[in-house]
Amino acid sequence: MDELLREYLPILVFIGVALGLALVLLLAAAVVAVRNPDPEKVSAYECGFNAFDDARMKFDVRFYLVSILFIIFDLEIAFLFPWAVGFKDMSMIGFWSMMVFLAVLTIGFAYEWKKGALEWQ
Amino acid sequence: MAEFFTTNLGVFVIILGQCLLMAVFLLLSAYFILYADRKIWAAVQMRRGPNVVGAFGLLQSLADMLKLVLKEIIVPAGADKAVFFIAPVVSFALAMLAWAVIPFNESWLISNINVAILFVFAVSSLEVYGVIMGGWASNSKYPFLGSLRSAAQMISYEVSIGLIIIGVIISAGSMNFGQIVASQDTAYGFFGWYWLPHLPMVFLFFISALAETNRPPFDLPEAESELVAGYQVEYSSTPFLLFMAGEYIAIFLMCALTTLLFFGGWLSPIPGVTDGALWMVAKMGFFFFLFAMVKAIVPRFRYDQLMRLGWKVFLPFSLVWVVFVAFAAKFGWIGGIYARWAVGV
Repeated sequence: MDELLREYLPILVFIGVALGLALVLLLAAAVVAVRNPDPEKVSAYECGFNAFDDARMKFDVRFYLVSILFIIFDLEIAFLFPWAVGFKDMSMIGFWSMMVFLAVLTIGFAYEWKKGALEWQ
Repeated sequence: MAEFFTTNLGVFVIILGQCLLMAVFLLLSAYFILYADRKIWAAVQMRRGPNVVGAFGLLQSLADMLKLVLKEIIVPAGADKAVFFIAPVVSFALAMLAWAVIPFNESWLISNINVAILFVFAVSSLEVYGVIMGGWASNSKYPFLGSLRSAAQMISYEVSIGLIIIGVIISAGSMNFGQIVASQDTAYGFFGWYWLPHLPMVFLFFISALAETNRPPFDLPEAESELVAGYQVEYSSTPFLLFMAGEYIAIFLMCALTTLLFFGGWLSPIPGVTDGALWMVAKMGFFFFLFAMVKAIVPRFRYDQLMRLGWKVFLPFSLVWVVFVAFAAKFGWIGGIYARWAVGV
């Protein structure tokens, strides 16, 4: 078998096994358990009253901000992965250019901090 | 017969067998760590814990599972049906999937790829989707708020976990778990493992792992007094079981990662004793014990404290540490312990 296929086919098979297991469990309850819904039972959970409006409401912009910051930092980590693997064969130029990149990123991080993007109250 | 296993079909049969074996191992370990979690929690609080079903309550998890399978699946009236059922499946399947590259021994693993850590990192990033989908599809306020909180928390700590892993990769010079463990196999035995050079990061990794898997003291998505059960509020029966099993399998994955990255994987801590998969499992069990003890002992964080800890303490600290490790490895500081590949031990 092809080398690449030999390495990645097991992962594909394992996804299949995991999904199969999950579906079997879902179907087991659908087949075995009784289903007897009534309006009270299927109404959304609230503290003793009917829901006023749609639950998909406005939420704090900070959650959005956190996800933007996450994208920036996760992308940076994605850059670091190949750099870290090739570290031992790397020239000084490769080493220092990543240090400059990290320095620029740190300046950005300090700016975020100063602007209060990381504050929660 | 031996020839059969060299044909394409034979190889496929072997792969399928390995996958099923791994799935059985994961389900069994989820079964027992769930039991251990409750027992340890009870013991810390001077209670007995589960002790009715089977000897010492050993069958309690089985009884719970049967109970959940026999329960009615309740779909909330306003829910998006498809997403509502996809969410637990995604969360369970992704928790399992990361184990495809986790080795228990030099050769005991499903898939020996050279980007193993990147794969685990990518899959654990995707786990946020299960939570966000579950909370959104329920169309109920508590799950919605719970899933927002949970997603923000998981991605915040993912950043520092990634940076900590970078430090270890620089030291080991590889993303393959087998080679990372091999680079920890030195003449110094227990003291040659990466926990010593990367000591501060072991604590950061452990705490980030707690936050990443929504374990106490960072179980804010499930803070009962504020959000009932977070994104799981509207789930019952087997969808709930899938969320629960996925959560415990993800916790066990974090134990396995701690073992492989910092504590020498399957290497024996005692000189002269053979290495093996049993050591790996024993170490994972030990780290799960720590997870359970933390749950029993430490009070819950407040949400702003949690975010401050993640972004203002862990992130700068792990960033500085990556730069430190890079310099130490490049210029051979401290006898080259950060660059095992360079001195050739």
